[in-house]
Amino acid sequence: MSKDEENKLVYGMLHSLKSFVGRISPDTSDAFQSYQTNNYRLTMYETPSGVKFVMNTSLELPLQATRDILHSLYKEVYVEYAVKNHMLSLQTPINSDLFKDKLEAFIHSKMRE
Amino acid sequence: TQSSGSSGINAEYGEEVNKQLETMGYNIGVRLIDDFLAHSPSVTRCSTLEEVAEVLCKQGFKMFLGIVPEVRNWSSAKDEFSLVITENPLAEYVELPPHCQDCLWYSNIICGVIRGALEMVQMDVKCSFVGDTLRGNDSTEIRIKFVKILEDSLPAGED
Repeated sequence: MSKDEENKLVYGMLHSLKSFVGRISPDTSDAFQSYQTNNYRLTMYETPSGVKFVMNTSLELPLQATRDILHSLYKEVYVEYAVKNHMLSLQTPINSDLFKDKLEAFIHSKMRE
Repeated sequence: TQSSGSSGINAEYGEEVNKQLETMGYNIGVRLIDDFLAHSPSVTRCSTLEEVAEVLCKQGFKMFLGIVPEVRNWSSAKDEFSLVITENPLAEYVELPPHCQDCLWYSNIICGVIRGALEMVQMDVKCSFVGDTLRGNDSTEIRIKFVKILEDSLPAGED
């Protein structure tokens, strides 16, 4: 599956799940956070501004820790190197080597912890 | 400085500048919201306009301008309110030249920022100055009017 196809698949799934969770839940402010299988967990962190961060991890990492990492990613990588770069469009796939490098460095630093 | 022309030309010029300032503010606001939210993890989507006003003043303005405007003059339908700013950091040491006194909203960029930021949390508002101490008015006051909730939009190609 190409990156593009994978992205579309994930996005479509998240959109459906979000809608499903919202409709079936007794609390209308309930939001989808994650799903897991025997092998991995997919965790989503959505900001009030609608930006969604999705990460697949092994099951060892607790859910809240994963959400905290995604929030830190939002704050330390996305805001600093994507949002604050006015030359960068946020409506199309992020095309910035700096962003990619900072993202990788961030993930590696989290993996070492 | 240019000598002031007829008041008609000034008014038009002032309107153009006000519009540009608002647009600049809007472009800042649509990104500023993420900077704000990333540094305020406890903030969630507000469910009432009162909540919006509170977060806007006590957290938003505080974070970026270091001031907390006062929320006043709610409409009876609770869909409109004013922000009153006592110390405007943008206007410190600023004096408006005579030809701008009646037409320029010097800090209009703030209105754009508010409109852009709220649009990114799916809220459509109208935001404008109704008074500015720089222009000799009694107070520096921004009027914010709720228009509508924007539906979460899907990217092109999805339905």
